[in-house]
Amino acid sequence: MSAREQILNRIRQGLGRGELEPARRAELEALLARPPRGPIPARTDLDPAGLIALFIEMAEEAAATVVRVPSLVAVPAVVASYMSEHGLPPALNVAPDPDLVALDWSASALSVVSRPATEGDRVGLASAFAGIAETGTLMLLSGPEGPTTLNFLPEVHMVVLPSQHIVGPYEDAWDRLRASQNSMPRTVNLITGPSRSADIEQTLQMGAHGPVALHILLVDG
Amino acid sequence: MTATHDSPRVGLFVTCLVDVFRPSVGFASVRLLEAAGCRVEVPASQTCCGQPAFNSGDRGDSRAFARGVIEAFDGYDYVVGPSGSCIGMLHHYPELFGDDSDWRKRASALAGRAFELTSFLVDVMGVGSVQACFNGSVTYHDGCSGLRELGVKQQPRALLETVQGLSLVEMDESEVCCGFGGTFCVKYPEISNRMVSDKSAHATATGADTLLAGDMGCLLNMAGKLAREGSDTRVRHVAEVLADMADTPAIGEPKG
Amino acid sequence: MDVTSPAFKDNAHEALADPALQRALRNLKAGFPGKRAAAIARLPEFEALRDAGRDLKNETLANLDFYLEMFEQNVREHGGQVHWARDADEARKIILGICRDAGAKTVTKGKSMISEEIALNEYLDEHGIQAIETDLGEYIIQLRNEHPSHIIAPAIHVNLDQVADAFYAEHQKYGKTKRLETPPELLKEAREILRAKFLAADVGITGANFCIAETGSTVIVTNEGNGDLTQILPRVHIALASLEKVVPTLEDAMVLQRLLARSATGQECSVYTTFSTGAKRPADPDGPEAYHVVLLDNGRSTMIGTEFQDMLRCIRCSACMNHCPVYGAIGGHAYGWVYPGPMGSVLTPQLVGVDQAGHLPNASTFCGRCESVCPVRIPLPKMMRHWREREFERHLQPSAYRYGLRAWAYVASRPWLYRRVADIATRLLRILGGRKGRLSRLPLASGWTEWRDLPAPEGRTFQQLWAMQRGKRA
Repeated sequence: MSAREQILNRIRQGLGRGELEPARRAELEALLARPPRGPIPARTDLDPAGLIALFIEMAEEAAATVVRVPSLVAVPAVVASYMSEHGLPPALNVAPDPDLVALDWSASALSVVSRPATEGDRVGLASAFAGIAETGTLMLLSGPEGPTTLNFLPEVHMVVLPSQHIVGPYEDAWDRLRASQNSMPRTVNLITGPSRSADIEQTLQMGAHGPVALHILLVDG
Repeated sequence: MTATHDSPRVGLFVTCLVDVFRPSVGFASVRLLEAAGCRVEVPASQTCCGQPAFNSGDRGDSRAFARGVIEAFDGYDYVVGPSGSCIGMLHHYPELFGDDSDWRKRASALAGRAFELTSFLVDVMGVGSVQACFNGSVTYHDGCSGLRELGVKQQPRALLETVQGLSLVEMDESEVCCGFGGTFCVKYPEISNRMVSDKSAHATATGADTLLAGDMGCLLNMAGKLAREGSDTRVRHVAEVLADMADTPAIGEPKG
Repeated sequence: MDVTSPAFKDNAHEALADPALQRALRNLKAGFPGKRAAAIARLPEFEALRDAGRDLKNETLANLDFYLEMFEQNVREHGGQVHWARDADEARKIILGICRDAGAKTVTKGKSMISEEIALNEYLDEHGIQAIETDLGEYIIQLRNEHPSHIIAPAIHVNLDQVADAFYAEHQKYGKTKRLETPPELLKEAREILRAKFLAADVGITGANFCIAETGSTVIVTNEGNGDLTQILPRVHIALASLEKVVPTLEDAMVLQRLLARSATGQECSVYTTFSTGAKRPADPDGPEAYHVVLLDNGRSTMIGTEFQDMLRCIRCSACMNHCPVYGAIGGHAYGWVYPGPMGSVLTPQLVGVDQAGHLPNASTFCGRCESVCPVRIPLPKMMRHWREREFERHLQPSAYRYGLRAWAYVASRPWLYRRVADIATRLLRILGGRKGRLSRLPLASGWTEWRDLPAPEGRTFQQLWAMQRGKRA
C-alpha cells in the first residue's frame, strides 16, 4: 500500500467511515465550484470613491507611498520625478505589459528595459491586476506581462494600479481573477507595503529582502 | 432579617480553602447573600469540588467528587461559592459523565444553578450596591477561572464602586495568572514564583493598601509572596470588603 | 531535532536565570499582546471570523481525505507533483531525492516549522547539500547553531549584541571584516549576503501556511519577501506542508488570513501573501520549472477522531504563546523541541510521545488565556488536561503525587473524615503560624515555602463556626 493510501485510510478510520458517499462528494465538489464567503469586514462596504480613499489610507498605513495620476500617459513623468527625487539612477525595468511598454518613455530621460528582473535592477515598474481596499493590498499576477522577479529583486517597486480596479474585500479580487482567467497563474502576489523585518532585536526595518520602497501609481481615467 | 418564602434558597459552597484557612470569607458570603434576600444554608456533607483530581487527569475520582457535590446540593435553587475556581469546576461536572446518563443530567442541572458569589449578587439577584465602608485604596486581581470560565470581571468592580470611602486602582496585567494553578505552584515552583513575583510587583506599583481577589488559592499565593517580600500591602477576599467585615486581620497578618 | 523536553525543569531553571532572555521576553510581552489587541479593536467582525475559522477547519477535518485528494488533483492539473510522506524519514528522503535529481548543491529555505520537525537541514547537510535559511530570524539562529524559540519570531531570544557577534564570526568568509553595531547595518549586510544565496540556489524550499484544495495552491505569508525569492529564482520549488494545512477554497484562506495576521503580529495583513500554483507556465518569463508539494503526516492522521483532533485547527499564529505566562517566564527553548508554548504543549506529546514530553502539558495553570486568544478557538487547556489523563492512566506521574491525590480523594469522599482532617489541619497550621500569622517553612510543601510564606488559618473551620452559630440561631 502506498504512503498516500495509508494516510488516506488512517484519516478515514479516524473519521469512522470509508470513502465518501458519491452524493456527499458531489455536494462538496459543488461547494468548491461556488465557494461561499465568510464574514466580510463592513469597512469595505463603500462606494467606488470611498474604496479608493480607503485603499490609499490603508496602503499608506502599511508604508507604501501612493500618488494619483490623471491618466496612463502621465506615468513616465511621474516615475521619472520619483526617481530623481530619491536620487535613483535613471534606469528602469518595466514589466512587459503592453499598456506600460507603449507609453512614451523617451521624454522621461530614463533608460528603460523590459525583461525579468536581475540583480542590479534598482527600480522595477509593474502592473497590478487589482487593488484591495480592505488592507491597501495589491494583487499582482505572474504571466508573460508580469515577471514575478520584478516584484522582489529591485530595491524600489513601483506599481501602476488603475483606480477602477480597486475592490473592497479580498474576495472580490478573487472573483475578478476567476472571471478574467481560466485558471490560476503560477504566482499571485498579494502585496501590502514594502518588505520589512523586526527580527533584529524587535527593531522594525524596511527592505529585509524584498523592495525597500513600494510606490503605487493610482491611475484614474 | 426574615426570609420570605419566595426568596431563593441558596446552598453555600464553602470551598475547602475557605473552610480551612479563612472562615470569615464564608461568613461574609452569607451576610451578602442574606442582605440580597436569600435564605442561606450550608450543606454539612460538602467537602471539595474535586478540581485537584480533575486537573491531574483522574477522571474516576473526579466523578466521585462530582457525585458527592451533586448529592450534597440537591434541591437548592442556587449553589453559590466565593470562588471562581471551585464554581468553575462545578461547571465541568457534565463532561465527566456519559452522554445519556442520569448523572450527566443532574450535573448539567447543578451547573446551571451554580454561581460565583459576586456574579450571583449582580447578575442573578440584581444587587446594585452594598452597605459597606472601607477607607482605603484597593486593587483587584482577576482570578483566571472566574474571568475566563464564568465571565466574572465587572461584577466585583461594580460592587466595590459602591463601598463608601473605597478607591479602586487597576493594576497592570490584572488578568494575568498569579501562578497558583492548584498543584502547579508546588510542581513547578520556580515558574510559579516568577509569576507571583510579577503579580506582586504589579499590585505594589498601584500604591493600593489592599489587594483583593475572589479566590482563596490566588489570595494565599499572593499574600504569601507579599509577606515573604516584607510588603505592607494587605490581602483580603473581596467578599470581606463588600460585606463590611474587613476589620479583622488580613490574610497572613498577625492576629494582633 | 533532539528532544530535551524531559529536562524541562532544568531548562526552565536556566531560562529564569538568563538576564538576556528575560529582557527579550519582557519585550515580547510588551509588544505582541498590545499589537494584537489594537488590530482586533479595529475589526468588529473578528469574533465572527473566529467562529467561521473554527467551523471551516472543522468541516475540512471532517472531510480531510476529500480535500487532500482535490488538492493533489489540482496541483497536478497545474503541472505540479505531490508526494505523500508518512513520517519525517520519508519526507527527508523525498526532498533529498528531488534535490539530487536537480543536481542541487545549495538550497534556500523560506521559514518552515515542518522542516524543523523533520530536521531537514542537518539531513541535507549530511548528504552534501547546503541548506541556507533566508528568513532573517532563521538565518540568525542558523549562524548560532540554534533552533527557533518561537514559531513566528524564531530569533526573539537573541539580542543585538549576539546578532552582531554571529555576523562578525560568520561573515568573515565573505570578506566582511568589520563588526557591525546597528540594526540597519546588520540588515544591509544580511540582505547583501543572502541576495547572493537566493540567486545561486538550485532548489528553493518553503513551507505553506495554507494548501488550497480548490486551486492546488500553496500559500506562504511573510513580511520579508524571502519566501518569494526562495521560490521564484531557483529551478525547483518544493513546498513542504503537513496534512492539516489544507483548506477548501480561496475564500476560506482569506478568513484564516484575516485571523492570522492580526493574531500573530497585529498587522492588518502580512506584507507578502503569495499563492503558488504549479510550475511556471510555458509563456511565463520567470518562475520555477518544477513544483513539488510534500505532504507530511508524521502523526496528524492519528489525531483524527481522537480528543486531540481540535489541535489540527491550529494556524500557527503564535497568539497562544505570546499570551502565556509560562512561556513568558521561560521562553521557547525550555520546552525542548520544535513547538513551544500552549500549542507546543498539546502537539509535542502527540508527535514525540507523552512519556518524553510529559512536563509540557503539566506546566500549566490552565489560566485559559491561550484559549481566549486562539483565533480558531482551540480548547488548549482541555487538551492539556487530556494529556494528563493519559499520563494518569499510564501511571506516568510521580508516585508520591498519585498517592497524595488518592489520599485526598479518600478523605474528601467521607465527610465525617474530611471534617476530622480539616479540623486538625486548621488548628495545627494555626499553631505553626504562631504570632506571625504565617509559616515560612512547612515540611512536604517546600515547593511553596521556598518562595513564599503560607498564611496561617484562622484556627477553626468554617463548618465548626457555622455549627456553633446555628446553635445560637436556633
